Amino acid sequence: MTPPLLSARGLELRFGRIAALDGVDLDIWPGEVVAIVGESGSGKTTLLRVLSGLMPPDAGEVVFDGQDVLGMSEAARRRLMRTDWGFVHQNPRDGLRMGVSAGGNIGERLMAVGARHYGGIRAQASEWLARVEIDPSRIDALPRTFSGGMQQRLQIARTLVTHPRLVFMDEPTGGLDVSVQARLLDLIRALVAELGLAVLLVTHDIAAARLLAHRILVMRHGRVVEQGLTDRVLDDPQHPYTQLLVASVLAA
Amino acid sequence: MTAPESGYNFAYLDESTKRMIRRAILKGVAIPGHQVPFGSREMPLPYGWGTGGIQVTASILGPADVLKVIDQGADDTTNAVSIRAFFRRVAGVATTERTAEATVIQTRHRIPERPLTENQILVYQVPMPEPLFRLEARVAETRRMHALADYGLMHVRLYEDVARHGRIATSYNYPVMVNGRYLMSPSPIPAFDNPKMHRMPALQLFGAGREKRIYAVPPWTEVRSLDFDDHPFRPIRAPQSCALCGSQESYLDEVLTDDRGGRIFVCSDTDWCAERQAAREAAE
Amino acid sequence: MSWALKAEGLGKSFTLHLRGGVTLPVLRGLDLAVAPRECVALAGASGAGKSTLMRCLYGNYGAGSGRILLRHGGAEVDLAAADPRLVREIRRETLGYVSQFLRVIPRVPARDIVAEPLIARGLPREAALRQAEALLTRLNLPARLHELPPATFSGGEQQRVNLARGFAPSYPILLLDEPTASLDAANREVVIGLIAEAKARGTAIVGIFHDTEVRDRVADRIFDVIPIPEAA
Repeated sequence: MTPPLLSARGLELRFGRIAALDGVDLDIWPGEVVAIVGESGSGKTTLLRVLSGLMPPDAGEVVFDGQDVLGMSEAARRRLMRTDWGFVHQNPRDGLRMGVSAGGNIGERLMAVGARHYGGIRAQASEWLARVEIDPSRIDALPRTFSGGMQQRLQIARTLVTHPRLVFMDEPTGGLDVSVQARLLDLIRALVAELGLAVLLVTHDIAAARLLAHRILVMRHGRVVEQGLTDRVLDDPQHPYTQLLVASVLAA
Repeated sequence: MTAPESGYNFAYLDESTKRMIRRAILKGVAIPGHQVPFGSREMPLPYGWGTGGIQVTASILGPADVLKVIDQGADDTTNAVSIRAFFRRVAGVATTERTAEATVIQTRHRIPERPLTENQILVYQVPMPEPLFRLEARVAETRRMHALADYGLMHVRLYEDVARHGRIATSYNYPVMVNGRYLMSPSPIPAFDNPKMHRMPALQLFGAGREKRIYAVPPWTEVRSLDFDDHPFRPIRAPQSCALCGSQESYLDEVLTDDRGGRIFVCSDTDWCAERQAAREAAE
Repeated sequence: MSWALKAEGLGKSFTLHLRGGVTLPVLRGLDLAVAPRECVALAGASGAGKSTLMRCLYGNYGAGSGRILLRHGGAEVDLAAADPRLVREIRRETLGYVSQFLRVIPRVPARDIVAEPLIARGLPREAALRQAEALLTRLNLPARLHELPPATFSGGEQQRVNLARGFAPSYPILLLDEPTASLDAANREVVIGLIAEAKARGTAIVGIFHDTEVRDRVADRIFDVIPIPEAA
């Protein structure tokens, strides 16, 4: 069997007396969408930050494609961040350059990895705008003139344009209206399947996790209390906390 | 040669300050294009008048040097005249307006038209040494970007230029890559002058007094203006010829001659223009 | 006898932590083997655990005890012990499930929903869409609906999309939970035909059929799911 793309073992991180990560293990394979669910403060965003090397844990190891993520230099980590990895933030303002046109936002990663043909960069930006359902005629518009849903779709285009192998998503539908959320989720679902991306998705939205994820990890107080196939965890939850989580949202 | 003003050390700065600045210069030469912090001193003229350039000049000047100072290419503007006078008084060095005669040339906003030699040093006055400052407001982040050669953002700016204006509209302070490693601000010289920096035989030193940075381009170093394959860098000049010397290759200033819209174009480099006029007269 | 699917000593109970940890046993020591070309109908009173058994057989519910053996890719695997990635692979290649209700994916047209499992198995997109349309047409779903997302479809129309999605890939093992519940007589006939064809291809089928007429026509055997008596 193929080895995991990203693999974490024994992650520990304490903020004072609070355990943000308490012995977390995790593997993600190519093409796999894994959701980390749990309430705010359960440690899921911290886990994402540790896995992507943004925050060092107290103990444990993270390996991406044979490379030690925690031990790598800042330069190597940044190179990963603009090539093999992508990061989609909850707030598009954290992931976009608001003063740069839509085309420039999409082109940045291409240029960062050496693209130097303006026409080629522009053609790819245009194609990606269409893929995320933004009218390519808006290529020179600034993101601040976009709606929240469009901004989030632009952030996704900007992230996926270099075909990363692993994408970290932190509550990608968090700040959006419900109707806009559905469209975005569906778009992410289609793109992820089409590009065969591995995605690590942090969300407190169980419906989003069910739609997107192949596998779910349920976190509470810094621990993974339950994990497995998405439909099994959600339809036959074992841990009291998972049962509570599912019971409180599945009324819909 | 006039006697230096008494009561001041040679070239105004004390010797330990000069040593400190020379160390920064040496470090700058060792890492072409890298901005080296230095302890900028208060100088007897305001920031923005070339305090960085003056400190660099003061630190490299020897009694036998011949100094030329230009401002926008001209030797006769207030800034150039007063800096020349300053060094005559505090260092007693010879000064000149002739590019060919100078061993040290301090400049604001131009590179002389006459090609420089290995025996010359060009000192630039730099208002803002950080080429990324308009794009990334966090200083710590710009340093990290330099450290990691993470310059995609600079190309984003050029992309925006082409998207908005159909071409790269940056006409001065046009960013360059030095020795294939560091992104560098050439100071606000016209983009026309950028190609002169590439493999220049003279040592190029840059001093930013207010921002407390020194950087350098050693002789014969590769200096490339950023561009796109399909929108290559083009040095731009006014398409006229100089009204005084007829030059068609020098950088021109537009000069208004009356209140009715009359205008002429003349060389911005006054020494170059004067030399050409003299040569023409001699030929006639 | 050769089997395609075999449950051995299968047990399943639910612990309801939100209700003071009460445990409800549903299945205990259940043995069931289904051969290729065989259709087994589950029978038993409402609440006896037919649906729970079906969901266990699909891996949707985790088995509490026992094994669920399947022939998958020439090997014998235990679904009850398979890791999530293996379960996904089994579901892609070997094990199909038609539930009573279609879980609608927003904005995805009916024919794409049907074609999806075919594409996942490596069929070119165009061929998968053609096959999906043919099957939807056979199930009398008007062509104008093929291009629409089924969210606004009637119950019967949604059920036919669901059936097409389940039958399209010709899984070696197929689980059918009330496949004809909301269908009219004509479509019931189509489904009976699809089941007969699947059996002829060698598919092993386990089904819950409340419609006794359908059950008698497709099932080779009836398996009684017996409720576990309440513990005294």
